[in-house]
Amino acid sequence: MTTFRFIAIRVLGAAVVLLVVAAITYALFMLLPTNPARAICDKPCTPDRLREVQAFLGTDKPWIAQFGAYLAGIFTGRTFGSGASVIHCAAPCFGYSFQLHDSVTNLILTRLPVTASIAVGAAVLWLVAGVAGGALSALRRGTYVDRTVMTIAVAGVSAPSYLVGLLAILLFGFVLGVLPTSGYVAFGDDPVGWFTHLVLPWCVLAFISAAIYARLTRGEMLESMSQDFVRTARAKGLRERQVVVRHGLRTAILPVVTLFGLDLGSLLGGAVITEKVFSMQGLGALLIDAVHTLDLQVVVGFTLFSALLIVTANVIVDVVYAFVDPRVRRRA
Amino acid sequence: MGRGGLVTANVVDRPVAAAANRSTGFRAVVRRVRQDRWAVASAVVIVVFVVVALAAPLIAAVTGQDPYGYHIDALNSFGAPRGVGGGISAEHWFGVEPLTGRDLFAIVTYGARTSLGIGIAATIVSIVIGVLVGVTTGFFGGWYDRVLSRVVDVIFGFPSLVFMIALTAIVPTSFPKPVLVVLVIGFFGWPSVARVVRGQTLSLVTRNYVVASTAMGAGRWHVIRTQLLPNLAATITVYATISIPSMIGAEAALSFLAVGVTPPTPSWGRSIGDAIGWVQTDPMYLVFPGLALFLITLAFNVLGDALRDALDPRRSNR
Repeated sequence: MTTFRFIAIRVLGAAVVLLVVAAITYALFMLLPTNPARAICDKPCTPDRLREVQAFLGTDKPWIAQFGAYLAGIFTGRTFGSGASVIHCAAPCFGYSFQLHDSVTNLILTRLPVTASIAVGAAVLWLVAGVAGGALSALRRGTYVDRTVMTIAVAGVSAPSYLVGLLAILLFGFVLGVLPTSGYVAFGDDPVGWFTHLVLPWCVLAFISAAIYARLTRGEMLESMSQDFVRTARAKGLRERQVVVRHGLRTAILPVVTLFGLDLGSLLGGAVITEKVFSMQGLGALLIDAVHTLDLQVVVGFTLFSALLIVTANVIVDVVYAFVDPRVRRRA
Repeated sequence: MGRGGLVTANVVDRPVAAAANRSTGFRAVVRRVRQDRWAVASAVVIVVFVVVALAAPLIAAVTGQDPYGYHIDALNSFGAPRGVGGGISAEHWFGVEPLTGRDLFAIVTYGARTSLGIGIAATIVSIVIGVLVGVTTGFFGGWYDRVLSRVVDVIFGFPSLVFMIALTAIVPTSFPKPVLVVLVIGFFGWPSVARVVRGQTLSLVTRNYVVASTAMGAGRWHVIRTQLLPNLAATITVYATISIPSMIGAEAALSFLAVGVTPPTPSWGRSIGDAIGWVQTDPMYLVFPGLALFLITLAFNVLGDALRDALDPRRSNR
């Protein structure tokens, strides 16, 4: 099976998964609840007015047409109503918030820099710290270093990120007074402020994942370093450093990369918690607000957007894997 | 936790798979675990928490408190607890909650019920579905296996935490929240259980005793009940132990985000969420529920690790 065909099949599979996720989400949030039109219908909500709003939203049509219009909107944009009160939602239209008077795509894009700043920084931090810690621990197996790293790791896996975050705020923010405790500063406005505001969120979000990665890397390293090819590499006289990096770590890193890809996609979920701890107005805050104001358009759009990230990340991991490890292609 | 793949966070990274030539019976696993003093200590901590959860009314009664009664007199004019450490006194062992003056010791004690109850119930939901799907897909194979693999693909495509948060927007308020949390968390947990059990089943069905049983004319369900499930029991138990802390963490995270268990039902996660605004003035309000949550999660993780190592010595830490 060629690599191209493998990629095509994976992308197709991902598209099907996304379609099913979209259908379930749409059905659950838009079709089940009591009339979404009633929510935005003015207060006296006369039957005439309700019909008007339903026609405006398109909820007077059968469900399959509604879902079709929603999906089409993602690719071609969508127009609600007609005449003077027309509202246009440009492609890609994941929905339109009638409460915030903006398209869900726009809302997500305006909040994205905050969440992306937290997520990317944390991801780099935990990948480096986790892999380094795990590899070190494996190479010094059974020593004081190993036990220390693994103790920190098991504590890290068990400590909820928000608890660590609040304790960090208490220590660095209030007791020592060296770091700001909340809020977000745009990089363009003040790069130093951007950094100081993000240091704690990065560490907090990275802490737990770093612990998980350290444990995983350690396990994989122990296994790879006991393989025959490592003995061969040593036997042919390579320096220990080369044996570790080029043979041991390189084999051990594969499962770590898989996990990293999956985590990147679902990082949005973790950011929700971090944003609440540090009072940042990112994507997580957008979702929580939408849930509390029953802004279902935002809720559905957001869920689909996150699913898109996860599924895309999965496909990228699979494709990268297929290039690195030919066995995967044959199995598919 | 801090990860979107919340429920599976702790189990995805190191799947459980019994070594082929080791005994994976209950007794062998327990014997190996008993040699690990940290695992034994963790088991003791878990037992203590379970006792606290079961006997919460009795324990709270010792101090003459309950988690619902307001004690405005224990607060100053800003709503913060009077006295040291968030109002620690002979009456209020852990101090009181800011703004309401509810007894924090009683809240933490009763919180153990919420945490363990939901954690264990959600684990049962995910284990039951996961084992059922895993055994049957591994044993029957064919189109049934393929269809369910696709279902698992779809569930892994769902942003679980985002979806759990979103669900609270549409579920009627009359629906009991703890039940909803159990169902939602449990539902997103089963695919990883199913994957492990399916893998184990695939290797079991080639064993002679299973083949022999089938050859002697045993029905499919009979083979599953008498041959497969008993041999999967140790794996399932270990897996359940590893899942419980993830489930407890998921409940706490949802409650922390104010979309989980609703007040006044005590929940450690919600207390920590409420403590955000009080970190500077009343840090003990954060510390007590936080410590409880950390301890129980840590104990389950350490015990789960030891059980897994006992089942699969290849991955041993020591």
